[in-house]
Amino acid sequence: MFKVIEGLKYSKEHEWVKVEGDRAYMGITDYAQKSLGEIVYVELPEKGTVLAEGDTLGVVESVKAASDIYTPVSGTVADINEELLDSPGNVNNSPYESWIAVIELGNVNELDTLMGAGEYEKFCEEEED
Amino acid sequence: MHQDISLIFEKSIPGREAFSLPECDVPLKDINELYPAELLREKPANLPEVSEVDVIRHFTALSKRNHGVDSGFYPLGSCTMKYNPKINEDAAALPGFEKIHPYQDPKSIQGALELMYNMDGMLSEITGMDRVVLQPAAGAHGELAGLMIIKAYHEHRQDFKRKKIVIPDTAHGTNPASAAVAGFDVLEVKSAADGGVDLESLKNAMSDEVAGLMLTNPNTLGLFDRNIGLIADIVHQAGGLLYYDGANANAILGISRPGDMGFDVVHLNLHKTFSTPHGGGGPGSGPVGVKKQLIDFLPGPLVEKGKDGFYLNHERPLSIGRMKSFYGNFGIVVRAYAYILTMGAKGLREVSETAVLNANYIMAKLKDYYNLPYDTACMHEVVFSGQRQKELGVSTLDIAKRLLDFGYHPPTIYFPLIVKECMMIEPTETESKETLDEFIAAMVQIAGEAENDPGLVRGAPYSTAVARLDEAKAARNPVLSYVPLCGCDI
Repeated sequence: MFKVIEGLKYSKEHEWVKVEGDRAYMGITDYAQKSLGEIVYVELPEKGTVLAEGDTLGVVESVKAASDIYTPVSGTVADINEELLDSPGNVNNSPYESWIAVIELGNVNELDTLMGAGEYEKFCEEEED
Repeated sequence: MHQDISLIFEKSIPGREAFSLPECDVPLKDINELYPAELLREKPANLPEVSEVDVIRHFTALSKRNHGVDSGFYPLGSCTMKYNPKINEDAAALPGFEKIHPYQDPKSIQGALELMYNMDGMLSEITGMDRVVLQPAAGAHGELAGLMIIKAYHEHRQDFKRKKIVIPDTAHGTNPASAAVAGFDVLEVKSAADGGVDLESLKNAMSDEVAGLMLTNPNTLGLFDRNIGLIADIVHQAGGLLYYDGANANAILGISRPGDMGFDVVHLNLHKTFSTPHGGGGPGSGPVGVKKQLIDFLPGPLVEKGKDGFYLNHERPLSIGRMKSFYGNFGIVVRAYAYILTMGAKGLREVSETAVLNANYIMAKLKDYYNLPYDTACMHEVVFSGQRQKELGVSTLDIAKRLLDFGYHPPTIYFPLIVKECMMIEPTETESKETLDEFIAAMVQIAGEAENDPGLVRGAPYSTAVARLDEAKAARNPVLSYVPLCGCDI
């Protein structure tokens, strides 16, 4: 089983987005960390990087595979969670608290294309089958 | 059995040495006179002090813990771990190949140059290409060379827009990595339900910004993409080129050729398909072949045949330059050359026929025990999913670890990424039916254990020198150098 949190937005690539004003915290979902297995390395973007929707925000590497993290929204990287460099396992232990980057949103309308909690849960269940 | 896992440093006994030199008969010079101070150590390196027999026993013990094709079955998918015939070693050890120096006058190494020239011709014939260069040192190195050739081709046409390479989601991880190193952006296309390239997605991905498509055929699901003719048309019509990742070439020798399928650039892995050592440092060899319009861009030098014999052609202004010092891993090329001559054209075709038969035999025998995500005849490798066992609490990693107890190197796992709990098994043609049957029996037994005693599989391996390693800890906190217990410097 995997956890989905109400109030967050979700992408089809299994990123979560938490919006605070014109900034968005982003991380990977519980479903994503469970599929990846134990995460051993997180590569973060540089602060100030300007990203288009779908650009690579960073990389999570597990014992199984290395996977790109895509930003579901465009904007500028305002902050990064450097704690993950030393403790990548935080993403496994608390995926919804282990944000990877904060994006200053370029276009708030993009948030409308993301899924809500219920829709995302259904999406993951379909992926399972 | 006594399991000595101490390091060579820990075997050191002060004053023990494995050499004795006669008294020096020339005047000794102080080392400080010979080298500037900044190049000299302040104190001697802390090297282990051991006798010759200590060294030999230490490394022999380590080698016995290793697993290679000479010690057992090695069905690592997409790696073609076939047996390496020992006659290849005899050929490579011939003094005319082994004792020559790359700076020798080409006139004095005509035999070696002739071999390279002939190898170019044979690999061109096998792949359906017009010219092959032997320089790249491995598969990914060949990919990089191929992509640089594609880039040079477009730029020579004054077309600087093509910054993207299209790659299917089943591709080997080296493909997007090589594209990125070559300075391209990667555009991923999803696979269709049958495991092949989704033609609509490919059409949508193509534009005048796409430099080319990288494709493995058969792909990493072990499936031959029957749409390859259409795929090539779509890419060519949009002005792109097709790159053939030859990692799975063991499935097609003498049966189909990338050149005939429409590919413009191809690399081969001599250490996979052509029976040269793989793993343990190889070294590898990744020749790259191209169609006529790309020959000028090949890395150099190329071996040419002139009226006075064979020579190295360095005068190629459009060449992307050198990919490696000298002429590539020449000794490996000699081994692969010996292999091709040993097998002959008919033999190479039989290689692929038997490799495909062996994979399908394993598929047929195991499909009742493990999920088969693509239930169709496969090529040289078969992909299962451990999803059924996962639901019983046994992961594919557990199954792989349990296989160690049966003396097998496990298959490739968790790849390709689009198959959950993936196991990718490539038996190769060099394994007998008896070996395959024993492996199948082990896999059937493990499937039974997953049902009846999942804890047993989760706890594996039991027969190895060390128990299950903590892979996450090893990656998170790697200890890469020896720190003496005494705390002194090394």
